[in-house]
Amino acid sequence: MLKIDKELCIGCGICEEQCAFAAIEVKDGVAEVGENCNLCGACVEVCEPGALVSDIQGAVKTDLASWSGVWVFCEYRHAELAQVSLELLGIGRKLADRRGVSLSAVIIGSGIGKCAESLTGYGADTVYAVDHPDVEHFTEDRYSRILARLIGEHRPEIVLAGATAIGRSFIPGVATILDAGLTADCTSLEIREEDGALLQTRPAFGGNIMATIECPRSRPQMATVRPKVMKAPEFDSSRQGEVIEVDLGSGELASRIRVIETVAAGEETVNIQESDILVSGGRGLENEKGFALIRRLAKALNGDVAASRAVVDAGWIPYPHQVGQTGKTVAPKLYIACGISGAVQHVAGMQSADVIVAINRDGNAPIFNVADFGIVGDLNEVIPKLITKIEEHRQA
Amino acid sequence: MKIAVCIKQVPDAKDVRLDPTTNTLAREGVESIMNPYDQHALEEAVRLKEKFGGEVTVITMGPPQAEEVLRLAIACGADNAVLVSDRAFAGADTWATAYTLGRAVETLGNFDLFLCGKQAIDGDTAQVGPGLALRLDIPYLTCVQKIREVGEKALVAERMMDDGFDVVEISLPALLTVVKNINEPRVPSLKGKMKAKKAVITALTAEAIKADPASIGLAGSPTQVVRVFPPEPRGESAVFSGSVDEQVAQLVEKLKPYL
Repeated sequence: MLKIDKELCIGCGICEEQCAFAAIEVKDGVAEVGENCNLCGACVEVCEPGALVSDIQGAVKTDLASWSGVWVFCEYRHAELAQVSLELLGIGRKLADRRGVSLSAVIIGSGIGKCAESLTGYGADTVYAVDHPDVEHFTEDRYSRILARLIGEHRPEIVLAGATAIGRSFIPGVATILDAGLTADCTSLEIREEDGALLQTRPAFGGNIMATIECPRSRPQMATVRPKVMKAPEFDSSRQGEVIEVDLGSGELASRIRVIETVAAGEETVNIQESDILVSGGRGLENEKGFALIRRLAKALNGDVAASRAVVDAGWIPYPHQVGQTGKTVAPKLYIACGISGAVQHVAGMQSADVIVAINRDGNAPIFNVADFGIVGDLNEVIPKLITKIEEHRQA
Repeated sequence: MKIAVCIKQVPDAKDVRLDPTTNTLAREGVESIMNPYDQHALEEAVRLKEKFGGEVTVITMGPPQAEEVLRLAIACGADNAVLVSDRAFAGADTWATAYTLGRAVETLGNFDLFLCGKQAIDGDTAQVGPGLALRLDIPYLTCVQKIREVGEKALVAERMMDDGFDVVEISLPALLTVVKNINEPRVPSLKGKMKAKKAVITALTAEAIKADPASIGLAGSPTQVVRVFPPEPRGESAVFSGSVDEQVAQLVEKLKPYL
């Protein structure tokens, strides 16, 4: 529990300000902890007189020093490697070098030979290739059982995967099997100088606060990493590495899940999390016809189409295009929000974009608070002119 | 069909924001709500019950005030409600939460199907559902957008992928996490509200679920928060001025790196 030394407490209220959960309050000059306390320790850190103490110490669950190396799960689907896998090899290489350990990649799929080999050129020292027709389609139970077994055998200290539909689905299973700590949706990963611990930073409360998380007593330290946040390395054909083909035991392919059909994406359902440029439309477009402008602008920019919740609810575009708290979180290079007011739920899904442009009729709309550039005006006038101007520029 | 729905009480997202001057979370008037995804999980459970018969049990782990969301769930059609609550659970991460819920479920008995929201909107981790399924040694699917057929021993569901969706058969008992386009949750009826008022909530403590003290709460959590801080503010924003043509010209100038 969080304990307060009433003698030491000076009632400064800094803990109260720091608490993201409204669980601590200064009453009559002394801090008091309420039911909401999440034991996050944020207050302990800022308490200068040292009046706050969290006395819970968990037991160390494994010999930490016996775990070594950085592993990256590389996602392979529909005969293609997910872009985030390369980004993970980029950050994985950096972490491995900081720790002075090797970087390994694990790839699971069917007919992955060439792709598995290419991973060494992106930084992997060792590639564990699981190539079998039964793992062509993703199923949680097979994938988590296989990856957990490999991790248990080779004992890497860090395991990274993409925060994609697949990664977010089976990696929690792997962490549960291994009794390992897992942090979702990381946007920054660093090694702490003193003890080599992995510091995992992620947004919480829809991006309203950031939290840095560690796994002090267990290994491996596991994290899923948001696509588009880390930089993919250049391919280096001179890099050497080893590809190890993994044999599977018959029990490992047992499954209580059967993929009947994979409904492939039409051009309507691109993965907007992998787009560099997104043009996003909101309620301000007024109707489906108005939304057609968004498609035209996206086309002119060679970008993809996204939308706010209101537009998806209205049925102008399917759910996979929804950005925001109940949709997808995106981090493109350029995000153009058209007719989107900028409710906190929407902003949560796009505030990591490099550049945000807002076009809206209402100059007081909160979207302008997060936008780098803004135009206040009628979308039906601004967007067609913007398209013309972009096309002129391209032709020039 | 016995269905368990795991729900969570969360702060309403629209109220949670940073105070721009103090850079801390403004908490005036922050209301607690049922996690929006969990409402869809509950609705799906109630619809299945209405179609196939059976009963729906809602389970939440949280502080005593989380009873509010359980009563709301009963008002929306759940039959039984279980509050898993103990000071010893405080500080639980997703691993410890899944462990605790797993113990609670094992205390309660057998279920044919578990439904959870895709993720809670405060932590956004999407890890407790899968963790619970592993604890119970049952198969699971995440991000289910439609349950197509329900049989004796298996069901067929559509599960969202990044590039479309998969149609998947999964054996029962199973756990599914659902996305919001699976259904439109109902609002509680007057009758439901009356029922909710009178409902008896089952309370389960750490002792009642025979939890291992080393596996619950902060002590049982492999992950620990080191630091909480506000996100880096974005730079100044520039709203262009002049006629529409002039503004568009200025914007295109800025967009040149992307053209």
